[in-house]
Amino acid sequence: MSDAATPTAAGSPTDSAVPGSHGPAPRHFARMVTIWLILSLILDPLFYFLVGPHVPPGVMSSTAEENQFDFNVLMVIALPVLLGVWTYLGYSIVTWRASRAGVAEPVGGQDARTHMGAQTAWIVITSFIVLCLAVFGTYELIETNGAGGGEGPNPIWKPTSAHILPVQVIAQQWTFTYRYPTYGGFESSTLMLPVGTSVAFHVTSLDVIHSFWAYQLSIKADANPQVDNVAFTTTNHTGSVTVRCSELCGLWHGAMFNYGQVVSKSAFQSWATATEKATAANTKLLPPFAWTYVPDANGADGGYYPATDPYSPSEVYGAKQPAS
Amino acid sequence: MSFRGRLSTFLVLLAIAVALVVYTVVTFLLPQSGVVDFTSAQPTGAPVNLSVQTVGSIGYGAHPTWVTYMVQAPNGQWLHDTTWQLPAHTRINMTVHQFDSGSPLRNQQWGRVQGVAGNVEILNGKPVSVYNSYSDNGVGHTFAVPALGISVPLVGVDPNATNVCSVAPCGSDSVSNTIKFSFVTPGPGEYRWQCFVPCALGYLFGNGGAMSSSNYMGGFLDVTA
Repeated sequence: MSDAATPTAAGSPTDSAVPGSHGPAPRHFARMVTIWLILSLILDPLFYFLVGPHVPPGVMSSTAEENQFDFNVLMVIALPVLLGVWTYLGYSIVTWRASRAGVAEPVGGQDARTHMGAQTAWIVITSFIVLCLAVFGTYELIETNGAGGGEGPNPIWKPTSAHILPVQVIAQQWTFTYRYPTYGGFESSTLMLPVGTSVAFHVTSLDVIHSFWAYQLSIKADANPQVDNVAFTTTNHTGSVTVRCSELCGLWHGAMFNYGQVVSKSAFQSWATATEKATAANTKLLPPFAWTYVPDANGADGGYYPATDPYSPSEVYGAKQPAS
Repeated sequence: MSFRGRLSTFLVLLAIAVALVVYTVVTFLLPQSGVVDFTSAQPTGAPVNLSVQTVGSIGYGAHPTWVTYMVQAPNGQWLHDTTWQLPAHTRINMTVHQFDSGSPLRNQQWGRVQGVAGNVEILNGKPVSVYNSYSDNGVGHTFAVPALGISVPLVGVDPNATNVCSVAPCGSDSVSNTIKFSFVTPGPGEYRWQCFVPCALGYLFGNGGAMSSSNYMGGFLDVTA
């Protein structure tokens, strides 16, 4: 971007007078930077403080809150870039429109190709932004224990909380069910979670690839058959959770959703205890709790849970979670 | 190639492409079933008696070997349609005539009767709340409406019986189980129902074919005001 209106014969911009005009050439670059700076200083805080708190996925869980913060940071960085482009376009349209006789072409040609300052600034600024975002993104991924994404069967980043509630998410065409290993391994068609509690979702599938997306919790983890994909979060607030499959998984993929609740610890304890009791007869018939279940590929011939369930002995659960 | 030749080639290829798109839409995307209306057969508010049957192979049509649900229309005729129009906030007394054999469930969670009156089904006259799919003839199919929390196991018949039905609609001369249960429809809306037993024999994990096509092992409760 040139600071002068007219390229010289050698192609370098100057602040010399425009031929045929009176007085020094206007400092276009300085004008554009000023406009851009004012707009950015006004709109960035407006966005962050007025729109930011409403940006999805909200703040129901630690991962949702962190993801919302990340989105807001990205937007605060992106907004000035957007404003820079719009400022330049707007300024160009007003200042260098063709109908203004005697106005020289400000960009293009030799001048644009050889302006070392503009090119260097572009490379340095964009590289700096991208590198900063890479560092920021990596930090946020580690700091939030995977940012709500599935970390596979052996997570690198785990919560430090002493009490983590394990919930197994079982996907199958076309619904999700949930097993609670610390409550006798009962299985429920409803996701229920206690507030203020760290949760480890162990996501697996009984057939094809699905993806467990608990929107308000900002949890998204692929559900692969015979894979225990672990994702962490901590619930912050009570409320409803919408669970959707986010991996195209067959005819009724679009209908593969259900709802859950984050409730008080005492309400969760009551629900878990009551459901454990109410489903005891069926829980006895379920396969022993395992992190994955091996399917029988012979169609409807059952036998989905062989006697050699690959139970992982590395996970040891203590007292029932959470403490009521 | 001359202009006329290039134009002809282009038009032929265009016609083929259009034909493929039309074939795909008609064959795979458009609903293949009609809607069976149960809203006008009885006075407003009166319970609706809904009879269906599950058959191991429909015996006719494009896929005669595919497993399917059939429904008995208010006029008594058995139809191969899986979208049923029901009145809102109305008790539905459902009778399932199960003509297919069974197996252990892929997920025994579906052996528990859920979301219907008393969380109980009446299996051949006896109440059942949990059915062990590893016992007897196992479970052939389920009737489940996920949005309503409904899941009912449909116990399989003896596959070695001499009178196993293989052509729909099946009659009383074939071996069958009768399962009865009731539920109340919610407000107006479309509620998907499906079988949760991967019962499409011959397909990987049993989930292709009839399980992945409309109008066989799944459909909609079209609940209207």
